[in-house]
Amino acid sequence: MPAFLIRRLLTGLAMLLIISALAYLLLYLTGSDIARNLLGDNASQEAVDLRAAELGLDQPLHTRYLSWLGGAITGNLGRSWFGGSDVTSLLMSRLGVTLTLVVTSTVISAIIAIALGVWAAVRGGWIDKTIQVFSLTGAAIPNYLIALGLVALFAINLAWFAPTGYTQPGASLGGWIASVTLPVAALTIGCIAGTAQQVRSSMLDVMRQDYIRTLRSRGLGPGRIIYRHALRNAAGPGLSVLGLQFVGLLGGAVVIEQMFAIPGLGSLSVSSTTQGDIPVVMGVVILIAAIVITVNLLIDIAQGILNPKVRLS
Amino acid sequence: MTAPVLTPAPGAVDAAANNHSASLARRFAKDPIGMAALIFLSIVVLACAFAPLLTTNAPDKAVLGNILADPGNGLLLGGDSAGRDVFSRLLYGGQFSLLGALLALSIAVVLGGVSGLVAGYFGKWFDTLSSAAAAILMALPGMVVLLAARSVLGSSAWWAMSIFGVLLSASVFRLVRQTVQNVRNELYVDAARVAGLSDARIIFRHVLRVVRAPFIIQAASIGSVAIAIQAGLEFLGLGDMTIPTWGSMLNDGFARIYQQPLLVIWPALMIALVCLSLTLIANSVRDALENTGSRHRTRRTRTGRGAAAKTTTHSSNPTVAPAAAQNTGTHNSETPLLSVRNLHVGYHQADGSTTHIVHGINLDVHAGEVLGLIGESGSGKTQTAFSIMRLLPAGGAITDGQVLWGGRNLAELSERELTALRGKEIAYIPQEPMSNLDPSFTIGSQLVEPMRLHLGLNKADAKTRALDLLTRVGIVNPERVYSSYPHQVSGGMAQRVLIAGAISCNPRLLIADEPTTALDVTVQAEILDLLRSIQQEHGMGVIMVTHNFGVVADICDRVAVMRNGEIVETGPASTIFSEHTHPYTTQLFDAILTPDNIREPYRAPNTMKGEVTTP
Amino acid sequence: MNTPLLDIRNLVVDYPGKGLRAQPFRALDSVSIDVRPGECVGLVGESGSGKTTLGRAVLGLAPVTRGAIDFKGQNISVLSTRERRRLSSDIQVVFQDPYTSLNPSMTIGEILAEPLIAQHTAQSAARKRIAELLDQVKLPSDAVKRLPRDFSGGQRQRIAIARALALRPQLVICDEPVSALDLSTQARVLDLFTEIQRDTGVAYLFITHDLDVVRYVSHRVAVMYHGKIVERGDTAQVTTAPTHPYTQRLWMAAPIAEPVAQRERRERRLAMAADL
Repeated sequence: MPAFLIRRLLTGLAMLLIISALAYLLLYLTGSDIARNLLGDNASQEAVDLRAAELGLDQPLHTRYLSWLGGAITGNLGRSWFGGSDVTSLLMSRLGVTLTLVVTSTVISAIIAIALGVWAAVRGGWIDKTIQVFSLTGAAIPNYLIALGLVALFAINLAWFAPTGYTQPGASLGGWIASVTLPVAALTIGCIAGTAQQVRSSMLDVMRQDYIRTLRSRGLGPGRIIYRHALRNAAGPGLSVLGLQFVGLLGGAVVIEQMFAIPGLGSLSVSSTTQGDIPVVMGVVILIAAIVITVNLLIDIAQGILNPKVRLS
Repeated sequence: MTAPVLTPAPGAVDAAANNHSASLARRFAKDPIGMAALIFLSIVVLACAFAPLLTTNAPDKAVLGNILADPGNGLLLGGDSAGRDVFSRLLYGGQFSLLGALLALSIAVVLGGVSGLVAGYFGKWFDTLSSAAAAILMALPGMVVLLAARSVLGSSAWWAMSIFGVLLSASVFRLVRQTVQNVRNELYVDAARVAGLSDARIIFRHVLRVVRAPFIIQAASIGSVAIAIQAGLEFLGLGDMTIPTWGSMLNDGFARIYQQPLLVIWPALMIALVCLSLTLIANSVRDALENTGSRHRTRRTRTGRGAAAKTTTHSSNPTVAPAAAQNTGTHNSETPLLSVRNLHVGYHQADGSTTHIVHGINLDVHAGEVLGLIGESGSGKTQTAFSIMRLLPAGGAITDGQVLWGGRNLAELSERELTALRGKEIAYIPQEPMSNLDPSFTIGSQLVEPMRLHLGLNKADAKTRALDLLTRVGIVNPERVYSSYPHQVSGGMAQRVLIAGAISCNPRLLIADEPTTALDVTVQAEILDLLRSIQQEHGMGVIMVTHNFGVVADICDRVAVMRNGEIVETGPASTIFSEHTHPYTTQLFDAILTPDNIREPYRAPNTMKGEVTTP
Repeated sequence: MNTPLLDIRNLVVDYPGKGLRAQPFRALDSVSIDVRPGECVGLVGESGSGKTTLGRAVLGLAPVTRGAIDFKGQNISVLSTRERRRLSSDIQVVFQDPYTSLNPSMTIGEILAEPLIAQHTAQSAARKRIAELLDQVKLPSDAVKRLPRDFSGGQRQRIAIARALALRPQLVICDEPVSALDLSTQARVLDLFTEIQRDTGVAYLFITHDLDVVRYVSHRVAVMYHGKIVERGDTAQVTTAPTHPYTQRLWMAAPIAEPVAQRERRERRLAMAADL
């Protein structure tokens, strides 16, 4: 297990390094015109050159990448081209909001999805059919459309929630809950749907295994077999899908945050993209990549704990 | 964009190996939901393609009077915030949305498909490299990458979809690589290689056939995701504003949701329905694949239902009645432990009918007696064994007859009453040792669980008993095995553990389903010795299901010969080998290879046939 | 005349171990065996003995670490892929599992045509040869249009045999070809093997774990244990008076399908075990 962990950790770091290099290369490839674009067509050539030097754009690409990397390792991701604020602190101020949104959604989804998936697999019949229809539809329809439906129904027609806006939990806990309910619901529905489908099919798969029959032959009741043995064995594939769903949620949060005017990483990436604020875009990409890689690492560890073959190798 | 690309279930990939494209298409056509989705999608595609024939209004023509107009007045679906025809924009927008998705799909399929094929088939450094690349592509949410790309490349929808295609190629790559690796290890690919086929031929003839179906599923899912994410970008206002698209219509509608709620509904409906129908198509293809049945399922059908289903009613067989009489009459007079009377077992079919696989058999097992239930595949011997404990696979049930156990009819007990009895009074030893232990729990915990339940032992006592049992079944290092996981022990060891588990609660009847078939012959001898001594020690009754006459000769006191769900002959083991009467039994005995059947010595051929060359 | 068709000398096969520093696994340890034209040599052993690896090495499907596999005097363990492909008309195979060795989505006709296609046989000639083959393995000629799933295990194995015979090979590696079959089918398929050998003079390397089967089909027998051949000789000698302790143990462990004889054998075996 320790060897396995170290190998995983190193792979993760290598991946992060490669992603950062690729992202940097692609984002700065069009580097020559950046200063001109920032200052506008009316600026003099001297002013443009001066600005380019200021931003370090006169250096060769690899030198710039290495100095960015050096900064990144010490937690310095540079400064925004617009407003000049520190990218790291900008990201940190947004990270909490997005993580709360995504982690809350993941946890709620996991609980509901496991319950639904097990229920569908064990009961069969019309319960199974209903859950399958829900899963299929929920997973197929893009979450911004679900959000749109929720807004139309609960914010506009019923007026239970404000359609947009975000309240800091520090300011008012109730207000915060009210402001994140619709976004979380919009993210959760799709995630539940996809995960429940996977839980259902892995449960069915496990229930068909020979050892389940043998356990039944030993006189274990259905409850023990389902919750102790089958669920434990079905958890592995379920976790993998949850990991994929988490990546999906991070992407989904971009649109949802923008729709509900929530000041998270997603809305930051939209605004920096429209402005062409490359240092911020780079920061968002690298931070999200780091989050995804960390989550995958955690899932690998959990898989190892669940699966003795991995743990003991 | 939110949901990860739907990947076919492992079963589907496996099953794909076995199906024939024609029957797959036929099955798909029978699924009303899948067909409806396909028809809807075709209509949408055609309507968008022939937009100029369906509407005379140009999608960009703004008419002041039509701003936020209600449907009517020559505008089928009303006008948007700039006074443009919504219906026309929906059709022309569809062209871009669908073409964009097609672009992403083509790139994903070509890039992922080719690299997956090469990586899966040839492996080596390319596999390592491309797998790492796929892992990197999958580590980033598509939306974030597209936003980053847009900040450099601008708002072109084609660029966005090309990049998205590259991102999605990772999931195609993984699917294709996995499928190809599975096929590569199939024996029929080895056979093709030995037959002298080149790699290119093998890929075309064998590999591509199998990849095809999962590929369709994946492609439909990718199409759905591509449409969703493209519209999502445009919805955020980050799309190409020069062309009409469903996403930009959504953006426009959302902004005017208070003034003209209908505006947002049309594009939302379009996107949702197209995504849904693509997903439904994928799902129906997958269902059709799974219904063609995996290899193992097909085989079980052959051994289980297929052959037996052909038999007519049991009464037509003249030997059944005397056999049953002999069975109940000849043995010792004490009451049997288990009496099976007129047992019928059937499987419920999808069309509501029931296919019978056991046709009214009678069996008695006495305490201290080993009854051999022998038959070839498809004879129903294993189904009979399962039905006694009511452990039949889903859909199977006792349809008639009695299973009498200590004055109770097991066929009529509630599931709860049966659960209390299973393992405690009647226990089961399976055929395949490795697949019958739960891989996630230690051997010890699997042994202890039923003992605590049935015998009410505390943890420490149960462990002591488990260790005693492991010693009893001939395991030299019980402590180590107790704390081992199933994958850490050998097949023979696992079978000993399963025997220990079966006898742990002192059952009076043991049902052993081919307990030595999966084992080597030397291990088989040891396991048979063990079963014999345990059976004698406890005076248990045993039903030994087997196809091997050697095993019958070694351990059985009495034998029942099964064929097509019927018992054709039964009698003491000592006499049935010499005095069998039923023609089928005779036929079976004649097929046994005895030590006298020995090949005559080698003589060199007169002419070297090998000199004949191939035509 | 009596020069061996296949001559394997000191063959070593190592499989790389899993993991970076893992020791390679030695599947075959200096194995020597030969097969003469028209002869059937039985290879008996338990799981993990290396008998299947030996067959795969001859077929070019297992990596040869050391040693030589001579076929008609030519060392075939060092051939290029192209040269190996040419050898397919001489050496063929019948695998154990008739369910996975036939592509389930191909018709019998396509399956049987496969080796012929590889040798660029003309369509009409191929069709004629397929009809001959089906006749040879006693299957109806309308089988060509059907799929493997329409056939029973025994019939599928006949199809696999027909495929192996398509190019009139001089050697067929038979890897447990009857162990997945029912008892009554097994005997008939074994008879087919012997009959074909008599008619065509093909040689077999017959791999099996079943002593009764090996006795029934082989002229000579070799017993494998842990990657080595521990005993070899004429079938009558090896199967009735084995000299190696492992062979003796193996023979004693196989149950006889006759209760009285089996009781005697069991008691002898237990007495032998008690002596040790």
